[in-house]
Amino acid sequence: MPYLLMLLLLLLAFSVAAWVEPRYQARQEAHPANMMSFLLGDSRRLFANHFFVKADVYFHSGFYPTIFDNQQSFQTPHMAEDAGALKGHNEGDETTFMGPPLDFIEAFSRHFTPSQHTHLDEGGAQGTNGPDLDLGEKGGEVREILPWLKISAELDPNRIETYMVTAYWLRKRMGKVDEAEAFLREGLRANPYNPAILYELGRIYHEDRTNDAHARNLWELGVRKMDEQKTVKSEQDDFIMFQLTLSLARLEEDHGNLPKAIEWLERVKVVSPYPAVIEKQIEEDKQKLADNQKSGAVTPDKPGSQPP
Amino acid sequence: MNVVFAVAGVVIKEMYRRKDFYVLLILTVVITLLMGSINFFDDDKIARYLKEVSLMLIWISSLVIAISTIARQLPMEKESRTIFPLLAKPISRAQLVAGKFLGCWLACGIALVCFYVFFGCLSYSRERHWFLLNYFQAATLHWAMLAVIIGMALLGSLVFAAPSSNGTICFVFVVGILFIGGHLHHVALAMTEPGRAITTAIYFLIPHLEILDVQERVIHDWPLIDWLSWMIAILCALAYAAVFVFFTCLLFRRKALS
Repeated sequence: MPYLLMLLLLLLAFSVAAWVEPRYQARQEAHPANMMSFLLGDSRRLFANHFFVKADVYFHSGFYPTIFDNQQSFQTPHMAEDAGALKGHNEGDETTFMGPPLDFIEAFSRHFTPSQHTHLDEGGAQGTNGPDLDLGEKGGEVREILPWLKISAELDPNRIETYMVTAYWLRKRMGKVDEAEAFLREGLRANPYNPAILYELGRIYHEDRTNDAHARNLWELGVRKMDEQKTVKSEQDDFIMFQLTLSLARLEEDHGNLPKAIEWLERVKVVSPYPAVIEKQIEEDKQKLADNQKSGAVTPDKPGSQPP
Repeated sequence: MNVVFAVAGVVIKEMYRRKDFYVLLILTVVITLLMGSINFFDDDKIARYLKEVSLMLIWISSLVIAISTIARQLPMEKESRTIFPLLAKPISRAQLVAGKFLGCWLACGIALVCFYVFFGCLSYSRERHWFLLNYFQAATLHWAMLAVIIGMALLGSLVFAAPSSNGTICFVFVVGILFIGGHLHHVALAMTEPGRAITTAIYFLIPHLEILDVQERVIHDWPLIDWLSWMIAILCALAYAAVFVFFTCLLFRRKALS
């Protein structure tokens, strides 16, 4: 009798395992879980924000406000604002967030902490080497922010600005275009058809690979996906739309396709913070178009504007 | 002074005979090397995150070594009753306390040298540059900070019931000072009386260990701290340590040993 009972229990265990296993495998394929998700669950998104800010701390070589300091000039991480990933909301002087020291102890302690506002792409703590350095050893100190951005992306793959910021610094300051593209494609896998990532990918093809046709396709896809969004557009959505439509307008202008350029500029005007400036550019393009039609001029296409 | 150094020598020998230091050193090395093996976008020159991880482990290890070593010195002598033959020799209670303090501090100094040599080699492997003077300043400030903590824990070993409670309270106190000690005055200004007065008094009384924590400067390759400020910070730290040792001597003089 006991042996029969054991056999029954064994059969039951085997049946349950055979039932659960294929369902578990299917779930794993649909929602691949890495160690971070397993250990931290959804709280990993909190850590993701912490590491994103940590990257900005590194961007400033440690000179960064704490929760006790005035954070108005650091509301938008500077590395993200410089990369064009986020619209800036910073106010006030970024060099004086600590304010005057309250006592002699605080005044003395400032000799021992980072005390100057610097950016890594301008030389960092070792001294300013000038703005807008693209490549080379001095500009390459921006590499130091990459580990924190990578960790932030691992913890929260749905945080779009992480991909945009990382891709920008990888390709603009470190010349690692392939790595930037690969990282953006990782972001697209986690966030299919995300307009911001499509925009950044388009920038790679336009600025680094000089493949304007591919860039145009990506940007137009981004605009289409934004138009399909049924949710209420946030300020960041408007910012991305502004960037997409303006880039498309500039691309068409470069290729002499003024009617299309004007069409895109009309869309830019809707989301631009300076509609009067855009309106002026539309008028200028209309004037150019009229002049071209009068003279019968045909502008040759730029190389890379047609698909191979 | 010979007596003090003799007692200090015993403490140093005890440190390198125990496993604590070796375990922490090996753990620091292994974790740092593991973190260093991670590939970020095929760039092998990324150094600062590794320096931060390494320095964080060094600081945690040094705190553990310092507090755990000093917290058990006097209680262990009393528990094993070796304090009676020790004091029967021509050694005063004050000399015993000074010897224990000095021994633990020198032992921590030796440990710090090992840790910072590893740290220097690690930094050089990535950055291909020695910042020797910066590391020297950081290590000496760190060592001065440990003097304060050792003095504090030594006093705590006479005040608190057990080494474990002493260690825990010291650890919490030190971490609290490191994280918020420098901001207490700002916090006090946002409070109403009498909280404001109490918090301000605490701010001016506590040893400001966060001043001696220059990890950020080392990680991000900031220039050297001016030598005058460095000297003043070290002297202030040693003064605080001397105050703690003095009060320990006063308390120990009156304490019953049985």
